[in-house]
This record gives sequence, C-alpha cells and structure tokens, in this order.
Amino acid sequence: MSVTVSWQRDHIRAVIRLHKDKPGALLPVLHAIQHEIGYIPDNVVPLIAEEMRLTRAEIHGVISFYHHFRSHPTGRHVVEICRAEACQATGCRQLEQHAKNTLGIDFEQTTPCGSVTLEPVYCLGNCATGPSIRIGNQIYGRVTSDRFDALMDTCRDSMQEAG
Amino acid sequence: MATRIFVPRDTTALSLGADQIAAGIQTEAIRRGLEIELVRNGSRGLFWLEPLIEVETSNGRIGFGPVTERDVVSLFDHDFQSGNTSHPLCVGEVEAIPYLKNQQRLTFARSGITDPVSLEDYCQYDGFRGLQNALHLSGQQIVDEVKTSGLRGRGGAAFPTGIKWQTVLDTPDPQKYIVCNADEGDSGTFADRLVMECDPFMLIEGMTIAGLAVGANQGYIYLRSEYPVAHDILNQALATAYENSYLGDNILGSGKAFHLEVRLGAGAYICGEETSLLESLEGKRGLVRAKPPLPAIVGLFGKPTVVNNVLSLAAIPYILDKGGQAYADFGVGRSRGTMPVQLAGNVKRGGLVELAFGMPLNQLMNEFGGGTASGRPLKAVQVGGPLGAYLPESQWDTLIDYEEFSSEQAVLGHGGVVMFDDTANMGEQARFAMEFCKFESCGKCTPCRIGSTRGVEVIDRIRASEAADNNWALLEDLCETMVDGSLCAMGSMTPIPVQSVMKFFPDELRHGRQE
Ligand SMILES: Cc1cc2nc3c(=O)[nH]c(=O)nc-3n(C[C@H](O)[C@H](O)[C@H](O)COP(=O)(O)O)c2cc1C
Ligand code: SF4
Ligand code: FES
Repeated sequence: MSVTVSWQRDHIRAVIRLHKDKPGALLPVLHAIQHEIGYIPDNVVPLIAEEMRLTRAEIHGVISFYHHFRSHPTGRHVVEICRAEACQATGCRQLEQHAKNTLGIDFEQTTPCGSVTLEPVYCLGNCATGPSIRIGNQIYGRVTSDRFDALMDTCRDSMQEAG
Repeated sequence: MATRIFVPRDTTALSLGADQIAAGIQTEAIRRGLEIELVRNGSRGLFWLEPLIEVETSNGRIGFGPVTERDVVSLFDHDFQSGNTSHPLCVGEVEAIPYLKNQQRLTFARSGITDPVSLEDYCQYDGFRGLQNALHLSGQQIVDEVKTSGLRGRGGAAFPTGIKWQTVLDTPDPQKYIVCNADEGDSGTFADRLVMECDPFMLIEGMTIAGLAVGANQGYIYLRSEYPVAHDILNQALATAYENSYLGDNILGSGKAFHLEVRLGAGAYICGEETSLLESLEGKRGLVRAKPPLPAIVGLFGKPTVVNNVLSLAAIPYILDKGGQAYADFGVGRSRGTMPVQLAGNVKRGGLVELAFGMPLNQLMNEFGGGTASGRPLKAVQVGGPLGAYLPESQWDTLIDYEEFSSEQAVLGHGGVVMFDDTANMGEQARFAMEFCKFESCGKCTPCRIGSTRGVEVIDRIRASEAADNNWALLEDLCETMVDGSLCAMGSMTPIPVQSVMKFFPDELRHGRQE
C-alpha cells in the first residue's frame, strides 16, 4: 500500500461516516474498512472510536472476537480451506496438508512472495460437492490436489500481471 | 423465437464452473448464428448433476449434467439447444428425474425453475399471494394461521413459530423487529443458502408477513460472511422489492410499512445462537445472553423481536397462500409440514431433498443419496451439524421427526445429513467436535470455554493410550459437566457427538491414532 497516511485517514473517516449512523453500526463499519484496506490497521481504531463514541477497548474487543476481521495485512489472495465435517468426509484434511506443503506455509500465514494467505474456514455451504475452498469471493468445489495447484497457478499469474 | 437455455448461478453451480459454461454457451451460439436466451436460474438442488444446464422445449425442460466448460462445443454439435437428447450428458426431462419427482416441495417449489431476481418469474409461480392475503388479515388472524400450520422453527430448537409470534404480538411496545437468522453455520447444511440464492423473494415475503403479523416495521437478515453469492443476490432482490412497493412505507398501497436490510456476520459460529446474533447485530461481541428474558420480549435494541431461521420464514408464504391446514396435512405426529433435508459429505447424489416428515433416514441416504460417493461402505452419519450425534448403522432407520431423533439421543437440527465411509476415523471426529467448540466458544461460561480445551487434551491422551481408562472416565465426567453447566447449547450439545463416538465407536477412540 503506497497511499499516504493523511489521505488514508480522511478516506477512512468518510467510510466510517457513511455507515456509523445505522443502528448497531460497528460491524458494517468494520466490514467497510476491511473491504477498503484489506484489514483493520491498529491505527484506524482510534478513528473509529472518535467517530462512533466508543472506547478503543470496545472496538478491539469486537475485532478480536470475529474470525473474519484481521489486524494484519494479507497476501494478494486469501485462500480459505473448509475444515468442517462434510468436507472432512471427502478428504479436506489431505487437501489441507497438500496446500500447506506446496505453499510452504501454515494457516494464518502468507507465502514469502506475498501472493497467498492461507486461512481455515468452517463450512462454505458447498457441502455436497466438497472439498471446498474460497479464494476472495469465489468458491470452488470438488477441489483435488491438482485443481488446487491449478488455482494457485492463476493466483501467481495475476500476481505477476499486477506486479 | 429464441431458445431459452438455463445455467444455474447458485454457489455450488458456480463452484463447479457455471459462469465459464454460461460464457462458453454465449460465444458458441454467436459463432453458430443461433438465437438463444440465456437465463441464470437458481439450482434445483440436485448437486451431483451441477452444473445442470437446461433447455426449454415443448416437452418440458431437458437437462444436461454435470457439464464442464469443455463439453459446450459438443453439446452444440449434438444440437442440444433444439432439445435433442443424444448427448451423453443428457438426463432427460429434469422434472422426471426420480430424485426430484419423488420430493414434496413446498418451500423449494420454485428453486431452480425461476431466475431468482426476476419479480416477474416469482409472481408467475404464485409469489406474493401469501402477502396479498395477509394484507387483508389482522395480526391475530395471521398468527392463528401459522399456529394451525404446526410449523416449528427449522433453525434447530424446533420451537413452535406461531407461539413465538403470539408472544411478540401480545407485547405492547410500538417498536418491534423481525430478525432472520441466516447464519447457517452447521456443516452439511445449505438449505438456507439455497432459499436466499434461488428464491430470495420468498424470504422477503415471509419476513414482511411476519412484520404484519406482530406489528414490526423493520427487519434484518443476519447473513454469514461465508455466503458472498447469497449476499449479492439478496441485495438485488431487496432493491427490486423496494422499487415495486413490496417493501417500504406503503406496501402495495396498503398504508402498511416494512423495511428490510441485510447485515453481514463476521465468521463466528456462535452468532447463529439467537441472543449472540442479537448482540452482534447491535455491533458488539457475540456473547450469549442469559434467558429469560426471551428475545420475543427483550430482543434487538431491547425491543420485542421475532428471531426465526430462513426456512421457518420461507415456509410462511405457502402457509398464508394455501392455508395453515394445507401445510399441517403433511408430516407425522408433532412434526408437521415438510423438512428440507440436505445430503452432504461422502454421498453419491448429494443435494436438497424436501419431504414431509416421517421418512426413514436410510431411505434418504440410499434411494436419494445413492450411498457413498467413494463406493465404500457407509460407516457413520452425522445429522444436525457439528453438535449432532454420529449415528451408527443400528440407528439408520430412525425416522425424520424431531421426537424420534430425541429418543435416539440424536438431533435433527437444521436437517444436515453428513455421510462418512469406512475410512473415517471416529476418534478424530470426536476430537474435532471438542476442537470446534474450543475454536467457536463465545467464552462466557467456564464449562464450555475451558471444558472444550480440556476435552481436546483428554481425547488426545485416550487416543495415545495414556492411562486410557482413567482418562475415559474423566471424559465422561467432563461431558456431563458441559451438558449440565453450560449457558447455551454450544457447550451443552458439544458432548453429543463425543458421547455418540464413545458409545458406538469406542475402539476407534481408544486405538484411533492413525497419524
Ligand atoms: C450454537 C448455536 C448455533 C446456532 N446456529 C443457528 C443457525 O446457524 N441458524 C439458525 O437458524 N439457528 C441457529 N441456532 C438456533 C437459534 O438459537 C434459534 O433457535 C433459531 O434462530 C430460532 O429460529 P427458529 O425458531 O425459526 O428455528 C443456533 C443455536 C445454537 C445454540
Ligand atoms: S456454552 Fe459456550 S458458547 Fe454458550 S454461553 Fe457458554 S461459553 Fe458461550
Ligand atoms: S463442510 Fe465444507 S462447505 Fe460445508
């Protein structure tokens, strides 16, 4: 991210203001920020606190409670592997091992090239055609090791295009 | 006239390449100079056939599946767009497929037939008739109809919906809410997702009727963030409903108001528990609230609130259209109406099966599901999500009925049926149940927060044959403590899968380590 801090502050302030007057606005605000920046940086928390008249502790408490919210940047692609029962029954544990081995990272880590962050997820609602994974907003079913490798290749390709 | 070709766009079809197939069909039709109309319908829920492409003909809709991108050219070569059935992937007339034909679809009657965001399609297939009726009834009359239907909450606890609505109706507060629980966190379940992705107006209609019934003018759909496709489709449908006065300040000129908004969760299983969900909607950590007071009396923002599952609300339009008695005429005993069962895991023909209550489980798994996908013997079935029991063969003839399942120390829950073949390691499954609770516990009470961590450790010791008998006794104790001492069903039901493994697969837990 090469944006300047002051620009970010004003922009994020605007994002917060767009949502903060809804009843129970904190989750929509956090979603919007994570959508903009890719995660919720620590130095955004005081801004939210000020705009929404909440304490920083309250906001930290909420961010840390939910698995979806992150306080750290991710790679260009977030790859979530379903670990829940229906996918277990179709071999997600082996897929998980394959992913960790070939990417050389564990869950919650990012490949050194910065292309892929691996995360666990518990059910994508695609349980009749598992194992299932999610990359960004796209869900994939019947993911064999080969299909996984092919998908990772496209993640790397788009990395090069972008970079 | 252009031939209508249907390519579904629910998560499962998309996960298997439906978008690429749709694009391929467009390109190939142009190349061949054929006039087609491509419709992005919902899914029929016959997932083993997805992506299931359909062609409209004078003999009904002819299906082809499971189609891949590579099949598109050969489909055209076989003249599939004219309804020619010679292609090897042809499954004939879709509505004649036994899996579909033998169902009793009330809630899923339109699923896969219509374009989910087409209001015209929805109305053509009886949509909004329940709402039209409800607009002429009093709140009490609507609630009475729901009581007559015998509908019980499909989210898991099976509480009578009519009684819940009565409580909210009887509460004098001028501000009330309708909250749809669309958190669908159970593994093996996707019926809520299908409703939202394939027939979203039905949910909007059901929630609007609920609002009219109890006097609530605001509703929220609390949707899990794991469902991006549902999010998109719901928002499209909501915008269309507002544009056409099915939502807003003056519904269909009646002077009655109902507003609806989708809110995203953030990846917390416990936020499916209704009080935790309300905390989350209020912008807080999803800590479970003690009950009483019930949400029906003190709910969202302290106001009386109906919290219902997607399927419960989706059953309402049928009930208000055809009458509560018509719904109640399906089913057995105290389980009235239909249950959308979801066949998942290691199953040959996975998908959605909606049937009146009372069907034996093994009939579902064999006649509909066709046994395991691997072709190996079935070993265990987990019904009712991660807090549900693992059923051994001796329990496979249990009927789909809330009371029948309870009497087997099992739960029907949201109707997810997850099948495992003989390669499954039941010790590993018992461990996972505790691990999942450890991962997802809200942390408010000790038996669940600490008990689940200890549970994983004790199971690890048993599986490593460390003082196995003592640790076995300890695990029994721990399970009892969690059952008796937990504030909500997360902690009190986590022992159910564990105890089922201890009871029916003890050897696999004791000698289960295969790493
Ligand atoms: C740990 C836990 C998770 C739950 N998850 C869900 C869920 O994902 N969806 C749902 O509708 N109900 C879920 N429930 C049940 C809800 O608390 C509540 O009973 C339900 O939303 C009421 O709606 P209904 O009466 O229409 O079923 C869960 C309960 C517990 C204890
Ligand atoms: S049982 Fe678990 S999830 Fe439920 S209130 Fe207690 S700690 Fe929270
Ligand atoms: S269990 Fe993996 S998608 Fe549902």
